Amino acid sequence: MSTVNESKARSGVSARIVAAVGLAVALVLAGFVSYYASGSPDGLEKVAADKGFDAGAKDHAGAEWPLADYGVSGVENARLSGGLSGVIGVGVVLLAGGGLFWVLRRRPERGDGA
Amino acid sequence: MHVPDGFINAPVSVATGVVAAIGVGVALRGARRELDDATAPLAGVTAAFVFGAQMLNFPVAAGTSGHLLGGALAAILVGPYTGALVVSVVLAVQALLFADGGLTALGVNITIMALVTVLVGYGVFKGLLAVLPKRRSSVPVAAFAGAFISVPASAIAFTGIYAIGGTTDIPLGSMLAAMTGVHLLIGIGEALITTVTVSSALAVRPDLVHGARGLARPLHLVQSPGTQGAAA
Repeated sequence: MSTVNESKARSGVSARIVAAVGLAVALVLAGFVSYYASGSPDGLEKVAADKGFDAGAKDHAGAEWPLADYGVSGVENARLSGGLSGVIGVGVVLLAGGGLFWVLRRRPERGDGA
Repeated sequence: MHVPDGFINAPVSVATGVVAAIGVGVALRGARRELDDATAPLAGVTAAFVFGAQMLNFPVAAGTSGHLLGGALAAILVGPYTGALVVSVVLAVQALLFADGGLTALGVNITIMALVTVLVGYGVFKGLLAVLPKRRSSVPVAAFAGAFISVPASAIAFTGIYAIGGTTDIPLGSMLAAMTGVHLLIGIGEALITTVTVSSALAVRPDLVHGARGLARPLHLVQSPGTQGAAA
């Protein structure tokens, strides 16, 4: 069983720094690099169009949502709109995922709560 | 790969939703054993990273792109149960906030992109680690293979669901061939991103990489008996 103490004993770089660097990379990818992503249909969309099984596809119920399709409605500049939506998404996923995982984690010998 | 509303009929969408709910339930139980004070925040960051990386569609062929699915990557970094939850959280946020991936298709998307990728990707990864030399350098090799295969596996799973509940009648053989073919190409991108990311984590904190636990660290000479952390 790997414990926090074991992790610390082996550490070169602290887990906090690893997390900070990972988050920084996620923000740069979503907030900046995403502007340069390919706009071509993805594998499923392409095959669906080629083979004609996209006939039944319906628009998303949230097509008019403020962040629909990775843009922020009202922000005209494409780079800013896409980048901002990416940064918001990274933040929401971090909070939702991090919160869930924090609740689920093994606690050291307290045994209270969930 | 995000399936929109209307591709899969209602009964099969519901049935696949049940499969997804059971899978997520199993993952919620299993993740408790994988997460502690040190790894829980890293799992949150892994989810944020998968979200960011999924925004980067890369070209794979004329007029076609692909993006990371991330199931194999997350499973190797933070464990298979937590990994399935990582991708499920990303897919839920995408569907509920960014209108990416249909609301009625969320069960299908979780099944093919979170559950299948983890089962196949992590399964291949662990299978290869069992036969490769017991060294840390085997991890990126196994990660490459697991990530690569997870993408066509996901595409084949979608085709299987479509065969049962697809809303348009089309020849399934040619759909299967096309889906598998293009996703083999996308799998190469998945494998490259996964291998680079896993290798980077291994380079700084191999003990934090779930899939590398229990493997011998490379031999290195110790100058002074007082050097800290040399003998693991």
